[in-house]
Amino acid sequence: MIRHEGGRVLATLVRLTGNITLAEDAVQDAVLDALRRWPIDGVPDKPAAWLTTAARHRALDVLRREAKRTAKETDSRLLDEVTSAVQEETSDSMVRDDVLRLLFTCCHPALSFEAQTALALRTLCGMSTAEIAAVFLVPESTMGQRISRAKKKISSAHIPYRIPADHELPDRLRSVTAVIHAVVTAGHHASDGSLDARPDLADEGVRLARMLHELMPDESECTGLLALSLAVDARRSARLNAAGELILMADQDRSRWRHEEIAEAVAMLDHAVHLRRPGPYQVQAAIACLHGLASTFADTDWPQIAILYATLERFTPTPVVRVNRSVAVAEAHGATAGLALLDELDVATVDRWHLYWSTRGELLVRVGRRDDAVVAFNRAIECSPNDSDRRFLVGRRDELTSECGKPA
Amino acid sequence: MPRYAALIYGAEETDANTSPEVWAQIMDEYNDFGARAGAAGVLGGGEALQETTTATTVHVTGGAKGGEVVTTDGPFAETKEVLGGFYLLDCANLDEALNWAAQIPGAWHGRVEVRPVIDFSQEQ
Repeated sequence: MIRHEGGRVLATLVRLTGNITLAEDAVQDAVLDALRRWPIDGVPDKPAAWLTTAARHRALDVLRREAKRTAKETDSRLLDEVTSAVQEETSDSMVRDDVLRLLFTCCHPALSFEAQTALALRTLCGMSTAEIAAVFLVPESTMGQRISRAKKKISSAHIPYRIPADHELPDRLRSVTAVIHAVVTAGHHASDGSLDARPDLADEGVRLARMLHELMPDESECTGLLALSLAVDARRSARLNAAGELILMADQDRSRWRHEEIAEAVAMLDHAVHLRRPGPYQVQAAIACLHGLASTFADTDWPQIAILYATLERFTPTPVVRVNRSVAVAEAHGATAGLALLDELDVATVDRWHLYWSTRGELLVRVGRRDDAVVAFNRAIECSPNDSDRRFLVGRRDELTSECGKPA
Repeated sequence: MPRYAALIYGAEETDANTSPEVWAQIMDEYNDFGARAGAAGVLGGGEALQETTTATTVHVTGGAKGGEVVTTDGPFAETKEVLGGFYLLDCANLDEALNWAAQIPGAWHGRVEVRPVIDFSQEQ
């Protein structure tokens, strides 16, 4: 509870003090105070308000000490501002705006994408530097440096703590949704080791997506992102077997999908579509929902999914979308049609990507080109980024070679 | 009378490891230069820039006005293009500065790096 309330309290403190580090320290102290006092005095009626007040007093103490020490004009001006704001009643809509400001500041395009993601996880999800470092497989000191450099840039370059104006919103929202989407994706695909190594991160991704949707309910792509996050997350527990190996969607036990989460995704998508501003997250959510609604793999509405992928490719013309589209087209209209879409790709752009080669391998098997398929699977194995994927691909290739009566 | 820009280059890595004593000496040298050049009437202005980790680079795509504004963290790093000029922008915050920077023709003919100027009255 405290961890997640902490993000809201922090957002208000950043507005009051204009300094993320000072705000973090003040909230940290307030939380420690709460952990000490609540078990004795009982949890207050409004825990967030209690924390905000405690953190404000804490920040005020620090500012008073600083102002006395440095006798700088800016410090005393800030002290006056925080003093007059310390009794402010923080309404829900003010907190909402504070959280939005913090989100837009963390995801500011003048910061690197890695820094944006780390800052968002740190400030809005309350994750520690060590936890974030573990998630992105970098040493804690590297992540600490990345975060402190980003905070320093925010203060030295005067990145403003504000909600962007309407005309800036589309651009700025793109960075916010990209960060949240990256958190959701990272929660489901480890780049190393086994898959689903970071269920906490998947939870935080869904939580951030939900938060953004609640903050901006009229932005169709924010709602689309929430629908997508929910629909993908619903299949989480069915994606791995007991040995931690990937299970293809065709072979997943659909009773282990969280159907209430899928239903919520569909409701969210419906809400988004009614805003009549289509976008890539809504299209991806529609695809994920169609998968979620199919009671068996054979029941999947592949013709519709193939159309949606063609739409998605117009929004985001990337090799990733093309490869996924080829799978849907192969299911809907046959492997030859799917292969034709892959053949149009410039191989140089996908040569190091295992999913391109494994997809190509599967489609080649279906059109009866087994030797070509084995070559494609071998290439996929070479490029495979994690053990779980590699084991799966080796198994698939060995199946093929034994069927052909050849050595592996 | 012709005017000239004197552009000051230095290795940043060594800056971070410079001791306060050495820094104080460097500042004295700059103050000395400023005093002498100022007295001679040749100094039209000048600023010290914050380190490159505070820099943001702006580019307008498509080689013409009105393209998409792409903002990236960090200084301008290409070696083919050369420094062609500069503006000093008085802005309330980085968003305002980036907005103006994206309207400089150099943003579509090349890149514009935006770096905050050190405010010595705020330095401890």
